Parts: sequence; structure tokens; C-alpha cells
Amino acid sequence: MNHVLRHREMIPAVLVIVAFAVGALQSPFFLDTRYLLDSSTLYVEAGLLALGMTLVVISGNIDLSVASTLALVAVISAKLLEAGWSLPAVVVAALALGAFLGAVNGCLVAYAGIPSFMVTVGTLALYRGIAHAMLGAQSVNVPSHLLGIDMAYVPGTVVPVSLVALGVIAFGIGLVLNRTVLGHWIRAVGTNEKASFYSGVPAAGVKVGVFVIAGMMAALAALHINSRLGVARFDHARGLEVDVITAVVLGGTSIFGGKGSILGTMLALLLLALIRTGMGVANVKAEYQLAVIGSLLVLTVVATNLGERFASRSRVKLQTQP
Amino acid sequence: MKASWIGLIALALVIGCAPKEQAATTSGTASGSGKKLSVVYIPKNTGNPYFNDVKRGFEDACKELGADFTTVGPATADATSQIPIIKEQIQRGVDVIAISANSPNALNQVMDQAKSKGIVVITVDSDLTGNESHRDACTLPTDFSKVGEGQVELLGKLIGYEGEIAILSATTDAPNQNAWIEKMKDTLKEPAYSKMKLVEIAYGDDEPQKSTTECEALLTKHPNLRGIISPTTVGVAAAAQVLEQRGVYAGGPYAKGMGIELTGLGTPDQMRRFVESGVVKAFQLWAPYNEGFLAAIIGTRMKSGELKPVPGLEIDALKLGKRTFTEKLELVGSPLVTFDKKNIGDFHF
Amino acid sequence: MLLLLVLVCAIAAIREPRFLDPSSLNSILLWAPLLIVVGIGQMMVIVTRGIDVSVGSSLGLSAMLVGMLFRANPELNAVLGAVAGILLGLVMGSLNGALVAWAKVPPIIATLGTLSVFRGLMFIVSGGEQIDGNDLPVALSRWTLGGPLSFGAVTVSWLLAIALALAAAAAWFLGKTRPGRDIYALGSNPEAARLRGVQVNRASFLVYAITGALCGLAGVMYAARFGFVNPATAGQGFELTVIAAVAIGGTKITGGSGSILGVVLGCFLLGSINVALAVLGIEASWQMLVYGVVILLALLIDSLTRKTLEGLQTR
Repeated sequence: MNHVLRHREMIPAVLVIVAFAVGALQSPFFLDTRYLLDSSTLYVEAGLLALGMTLVVISGNIDLSVASTLALVAVISAKLLEAGWSLPAVVVAALALGAFLGAVNGCLVAYAGIPSFMVTVGTLALYRGIAHAMLGAQSVNVPSHLLGIDMAYVPGTVVPVSLVALGVIAFGIGLVLNRTVLGHWIRAVGTNEKASFYSGVPAAGVKVGVFVIAGMMAALAALHINSRLGVARFDHARGLEVDVITAVVLGGTSIFGGKGSILGTMLALLLLALIRTGMGVANVKAEYQLAVIGSLLVLTVVATNLGERFASRSRVKLQTQP
Repeated sequence: MKASWIGLIALALVIGCAPKEQAATTSGTASGSGKKLSVVYIPKNTGNPYFNDVKRGFEDACKELGADFTTVGPATADATSQIPIIKEQIQRGVDVIAISANSPNALNQVMDQAKSKGIVVITVDSDLTGNESHRDACTLPTDFSKVGEGQVELLGKLIGYEGEIAILSATTDAPNQNAWIEKMKDTLKEPAYSKMKLVEIAYGDDEPQKSTTECEALLTKHPNLRGIISPTTVGVAAAAQVLEQRGVYAGGPYAKGMGIELTGLGTPDQMRRFVESGVVKAFQLWAPYNEGFLAAIIGTRMKSGELKPVPGLEIDALKLGKRTFTEKLELVGSPLVTFDKKNIGDFHF
Repeated sequence: MLLLLVLVCAIAAIREPRFLDPSSLNSILLWAPLLIVVGIGQMMVIVTRGIDVSVGSSLGLSAMLVGMLFRANPELNAVLGAVAGILLGLVMGSLNGALVAWAKVPPIIATLGTLSVFRGLMFIVSGGEQIDGNDLPVALSRWTLGGPLSFGAVTVSWLLAIALALAAAAAWFLGKTRPGRDIYALGSNPEAARLRGVQVNRASFLVYAITGALCGLAGVMYAARFGFVNPATAGQGFELTVIAAVAIGGTKITGGSGSILGVVLGCFLLGSINVALAVLGIEASWQMLVYGVVILLALLIDSLTRKTLEGLQTR
């Protein structure tokens, strides 16, 4: 039992099964593969943001500006399309912009020495503020031939292409985290920044790096949401950072940095999607969902903290016994 | 790690305790008349008092027609917040989706999905302007072409058809408001209103704090202001509060000259206090109830095949009498009603 | 700080002379009180190296609950309503405080969670119905209309009087009492504070509890100022305004220092900026951008002064 539990992914995995069961009991419309797969495309943006966020959190930081970055990139890339730019050029521009916005966060954290939650609260307001100032309440239409990425399926199946793409990107980021020196550095910086610095890890560069990746993930999410909705607006994905951060901590990534898993994040995201879809299809009001997601975020961290305190206490006991 | 199990149990409890849906909504059958039709209404957001009256219209009509009615709305009025809800309702297999759309263009694809499943899609109150082909029919609150004119005439009467006036609107991109404002400008060109001068259009984004600040700025910038029109329920309530606080309404303690008259579109419940205290003499609105009532009638009839809307077709709208479809397959709810001290006591919404 | 305040007013006055009208001074004086009340709490939290992003939701939930109390008991005294608001806020703040101080949840996570929870509760308790002006006692609106002092057309409202009195009390509490000084000690160096016998957990619980209570009061003030409480809009996004005001008020974002006077001036400055934007006819959609710029500028200045100081010390 104990060695099974040691895997960080176990908790979200078990919860996913529970959620499936509860969902099926709550509403007769829930257990429908086609529907669940179709609904999953609504959560692809949150998934992309969560991948970037996982790295940021493992490095001991947090990025509250991801949803605002998404909105700003969505607005600007739609404007570029409107101005007649070609799709490849817009994709490159969007990724560059996302990387730049992430780099701004990263540099303020790494070189100005300001705590990441403060920096990204500021850029949360700034990035969405720029989008709002640019557009007001207007929306920019995306050319109709670029619509509907969420309705494209892998030929011959009912599996949405964007879900597969998310899986591939998640796998790639998982490889980076577990198999490359960059991944090792990210964990080292998150575990103990000073120690990592003295052992030759370019701590500042690593921090900028994770924020840049988070920004680029937000840019991909922005392109996806533009294609899914057909319009770009300043209020896209408002408040989505709460879902994203919840997915990351629920997936077993330590909010204090150093430890975490991409698989865990993806499982936790699946869990959140199931909860939201399940509650939605059972006509549970949106405001209950808000309260549930918020409590889940807090409860997860409280539970892991208490758990770790309990574990370290028993370890101390073992050591002091003769 | 043991504690993680506490989290797990807590989660299970949370989900388990969430209100369970009523089985009646989907599986109920009316004796003898085959399967009961199910109607769902999606307002712009919950917590908006305006839509509560629309809901009452739906409830009454569905009761009369023997259909099931539910309503679910997003917490915020963001352009995209209604999409997951529509998808869920498609999955639930409802027969009629009635929706007050938060965006005239972000919902096209999901609306088409609903239509392809044979669901009747009716827009209520806010249409998919420019994208009408993505819905089946629409019920509008009132004849929109008359709102701008009606508002200008009401304010004109209050200020003796003379003086500077301003408009406090919602967002710069609100389609209904913009259409009315255009009409107001046209109306002001008529000779009867030649002495009324529109000095500014301000936008409060339908947020109380911004609307308040914008309204106060209007007072600062235009010391000779005689009248304000606020064709949005949030704006007109915020403006009334400002005029009361400043005491600059007509007859108020700090009124310069003859003071400022305010009118606009508001709900009686929100404006009652200001009408009773004399801060606001009169304002207008229609009966949101009728929009819901009509939408329920045509939605269910279209689903059962009794009704096929074409421009100019007249329908029997039960207690509301006869209604006729317009060119864009719209039905109009009610004429503009003017509320003042005399009649406000009769309205509760 | 004061210079900036004068500068903003000067620029606005040059572009639009009517900015100096008593009417816009009134606007600023009514804009600031809510911000000051919540800003006092937020400053204390930031001094301890924390943050409270749930302030907008706690303000809203308190406004909603007190509004419902008034609707159910039309005869209820407005002051009693305010007391109820403070108590409700205290409960919410204590929850934040307990999560941060004892459950060791990072402040941003704890308050991000309660931001959603309180906002969700606001819809749930109200059933999605808003509180209208008719439901609130007339005495409450007098807090905005009337006031203890009046200079010609400029009125110091009761709302402002309450806010300034609270600011004075907070300045005394932080400067002259043991628990108050503990807050600064905790912020400048948590380890040293622990060694000096400061009850670290208690101090950190206290700042969130106080902030909650202040938000509770601000909720009632919100009802007094705007005359209605809507579950979706009341207090929505207010956390960013408050953080911007505290940051611009010279509070050190990395903790340890901050003054009440600075926060009060910061609130007036932000109020002036907002009113100036409206008077200059700049659309309200620029507001969020302004907050973002303000927060980031304050952060940069903070970081630059720190670096310069460190540079001087090492030399």
C-alpha cells in the first residue's frame, strides 16, 4: 500500500475513478464516450496553461498571469490575421509574443528579485489591461476557414485532434522535466535555490526559462481558443488561472517547489474536467462549481501539508528510537 | 500521505452533497399526451434581476403548455461563459434551448451543433445580430426602433425640450444600446428637439463603480447639464444614486438652476426608491416577462411541428393575444412602458 | 508620493480645467474610503510578506449577507448592520488566517481558493438575486450623502470619516502596540522575529483576520455608496485596485515596511487617477491597464532602491 501511495499521481488517479462513478450516478447523460471526448476540447486551453504552470511551480514560483497572457496573445493574433498576415506568420508571432510576455515575468522575478506572485499579479492586470484598452468590449473575428480546431477528429475515430496534440505536448514536456538537464535544474532551483546556484545551476536563466515556456503555452492556448470560438475578446479565459493552479497542486506538484509530475497535472486536469462536466450535465449551477474548485485548491494543499508534517514526525520518531 | 485520503473523502462528500438534479426534468411523461417537451433557458448571467422576470414568463407559459422548464446560467457575462452550458444541454437532450446571448458571434458553432441535433434554438432579448441563420427564431423585448425616440421624448418632456443632455451607456460595443443611441441622435435632429444638445456619450461598462465615476465626471465636465439618458439598468441606477448623493436632481438641495433630470431604462424594483423620493420622475422599460412567455410558446410549437415561422406569419400567443413575425423572424414582447410615481406600485420585478 | 498626487492633479487640470471643480474633489473623496479601509488590511498582509487576493470576494459576500439581513429586518439599525458586516468579515478573514498561519498554505493559494469560494457562496446564499436600493435602510445612504464636515460644496462624508478614523487607529496599533510591532518584525525577518520571541503564527493569523473584518465593514460601506449589491459585480476585481493602491503607497512589496499614511495617500492618488481618466474622457476600459502599470512601477522602484541600498552597503 505504502509504495503505491508514494507515487504522486496516485491521488488524482483514484479521484478520477471516484469522479467517474459519482458522475455516472448523478446524471444518466454523463457516461457517453463521444460526449466526454467532445467536451474535453473545452479544457485543452487549461491543459496547455497547466503544463507551463507545472514547470513554474516546480521551480518554486507561481504565474498568475497565464490567463491574461492568453487573452492578450489571442487579441493580437486575431488582429494580425485581420490585417492579412498568413497563418504560419501569425503562429510564429503569437509564440514569440507569448515568450516575450513570459520573459518579462521571468526577468522581473530572476533579476529584480521580486516574489513571483507579486510580479504576476501586476502582469495579470497589465496584460489583460492592454487587451482591454486595445479592444474595449469589441471582438475581433477570426477568418472562417481557421475555425473549428476543436471539431477536427483523428480520421476514423471520435478522438479530437486537439486532445491528441495536448497529449503529445504533455509527453514532450514530461521528457524535458525527467530526462534532460534542464528538468534537473528546474527541480534543483525549486528545492533549494542557493544550493543549486553553488553547484553551478544557472538559477536566473532557469527561472526565466520556465516563465518563457509558460508564456508560449499560453500562446498556443490562445491560438486554440481563437479557432474554437471564432472571435477574440479581452475577457477570454478570465479567472482560468484558478482552475490551472488547482490542477497543478492537485496533481501532486509541491506548491513549495522542487517536486512535481506532468502526468499528475494531466490526471488532475482530467479530474477537474470531469467534475465540471459532470456537475454541468447534472444541471448543478455554475456558482457551486466555483465554490467546489476553490475548496478543492485549498483542501489539497492543506491535506498534503498535514500529510507531510505527519510523515516527517514519524520519521523523526524512527530516527530517535535506539 | 494518509491525509491525502482525507482530501479524497472530502472531495467525494462535496460531489455527493451537490444538489442532485430532479429526475422529472427529463423522464417525466404527461399522461396521455406522449413525451413532455423540455425547455431550457440560459440567461446572460445569474444574479441579473432583469432576467428573473424573463424566467417567470417561461415558467408560466411552460406550465400552461405542459412542458418541463429549467434554467441554468453562467456566473459571469463573459462572451464564452455560455458555451459549456449549451454543450451540456445538448447532451441532456433538451428539446428547446432559449438563450440571451452574451456575444453575437462567439456562439455560432455551438448553436449549429444544437440545431443539427434537432433542438429548436430561440434567442431571447439579445439576438445574434448579423448571425441570425444560427438560430431558429428570436423574441425581442420591444420594438427597438421606438426605444431611442421614446427616451428622447420622455426626457424632452421633463426638461421642457431645451438644454444640454448626455447619455450614460453600457459598453462601447453593446449592440442594443448602440442601436438606440443612433436612433436618439436621429430623433434629436427633428425640429421639436432642436434646442436639446447632446454634449457627451459616456460608457460605464455596466459596472456600478465605473458607471458611478463616469456619471460624476459628466456632472463635472458639463456644469449646465439638464438631462441624462441611461439606457441600461446598471447605469440608470448608478446615475440615480449619484444625483441623490450630490443633491443636484431637479428640486434637489444643490441643484444649479433647474437641476438635472434623469431617465433611462431600469427595472421598477431598482428604481422604486428614487421615484418615490422624487430624484427620478419617470423612466421606461418593457415587460421582460412577455419575452420569456413568447419564447416558450414558439419554441415548443416549433419542436412539435405545429409552427413553422415565416416572415409575416401571425400566431396566437395565448393570453398575450396575437403576434406577428418580422422579416428576421423576430417577435416583439411588449410596447415601451413609462413608469412614474403613479404606476410604479403596480410593478414588481 | 505627495508630489505624484500633485502631478496627476496638475496634468488633469491643464487638460481639463474643470477637474479642479469641487464636484470632482467630491468624487475623489467618495472614491477613496472603500479603498482605504481594505488597503489598511492589505498593507499589513503585504508587510508580513503575504498577499490577500480574496478581499473583493469577502467584501462582496459581506455586502450581500448584510443586505439580506436588512431586507429581512427593515427596522434594523444601520450601525448594527455594520457590526454584523465586521463580524462576518472577521469569520472569513480568520479562515484565511488559519489556512496561512497554521495549515501553512502559501497566502496566494489560500486566498485564491477563498476568492472562488466566497464568490460562489455569494451566489448560493442570495439565490442569484441582487439586493436593491429599497431593501437597504435610508439611514445607510446618509453615510454617503451627509458628513461631519462640509466646506462649501465639498463634503467630508461619513464614509470618509470612518475610513480616516480607522487609518488613525491602525497607525496607532502598528506603531504603539506590541502585536502591531510584531507584524513589522515578522515581515522584515521571520527567523529573527521567532528568535526574539515574537509569536509568528499569531501575528500572521492576526493580519488576515483584521483584513477580513475590514473587508466586512467595507462591504456595508459598498452598499451605502452604490445602493445595490449584485452577486456578480459587487467587489469583482477589487483586489487589483487595492493591491495597486497599497503598492503605490510605498509599501515594500517584499515585506517588512509600509506606512498607513502612504496607503491613504496611495488611495487618494489612485482615486484621482481614476476620476481624472473619466473627466478627461478616457474610456473606462483603460482602468485595468493603469492598475497593472502602477503595480509594476511600484515593484520596479522597490527593487531598484533595494539594489542600490545593497550596493551601498557592500561598498
